[in-house]
Amino acid sequence: MSVSVSVPTILRPVTKGEKTVSAEGGTLAEVITDLDSRYSGLGDRLVKNGALHRFVNIYVNDEDVRFTGGLETTVAEGDEVTILPAVAGGSSTAGSSR
Amino acid sequence: MLRIPVDMVEAIVAHARADHPDEACGIIAGPAGSDRPTRLVPMTNAERSPTFYRFDSGEQLRLYKQLDAADEEVVVVYHSHTATEAYPSRTDISYAGEPQAHYVLVSTREPDSHEFRSFRIFDGVVSEEDVEIIPAGPDVAPLSTGESGSQPVSAATHLVQS
Repeated sequence: MSVSVSVPTILRPVTKGEKTVSAEGGTLAEVITDLDSRYSGLGDRLVKNGALHRFVNIYVNDEDVRFTGGLETTVAEGDEVTILPAVAGGSSTAGSSR
Repeated sequence: MLRIPVDMVEAIVAHARADHPDEACGIIAGPAGSDRPTRLVPMTNAERSPTFYRFDSGEQLRLYKQLDAADEEVVVVYHSHTATEAYPSRTDISYAGEPQAHYVLVSTREPDSHEFRSFRIFDGVVSEEDVEIIPAGPDVAPLSTGESGSQPVSAATHLVQS
């Protein structure tokens, strides 16, 4: 299954500047494995300890995969995968400016 | 340095005050590559928390698609700290995923005054930068030579917001 993957600015150094890349796989995990085989290091930016990294959001056809099975989310020919940086933070860790 | 129209500063502070004691968050978009903040978009803090914020993921996807279609990018990411200073926390630094953006923090811990500060966060390194507040308006003229350019906030607050 070939899908298109939209890559955010912060990961484009890994994809040699490409904004959209294509990948093969039947699940999101397989898509990421395929991407990592060609863009070394990309996998580590997306997956940590076997789960989606909390710093990224990944969508398959506009659905956040956190609600559709995470890395096991199935993908089909022509699906659009979008990777975005999670925009998050907060004051929860005190003493940061020291 | 961040150059930002006064009406956007006021809107960010108002958003932070309105959501206090929860953290408020949003972005200012601008033409890609311009480093010019032109369109403020308040975002939903999906965490609704006084110590954490996260853009609602669906809302964020819609926003980023709009930006892409309009050849815009995120120029400013802003959020508030409601009980601590306006300085990036370790959490803020670990999540900072927009290398081109200015990270604006507002502190609303004091009821009558606020801190408004801007930072670059790149590869885990924080650098504070100056904030120049410029007059409101969609087409602010380039600064002419021979003048300092920026105006004090007090002189610009009465400009009509367009």
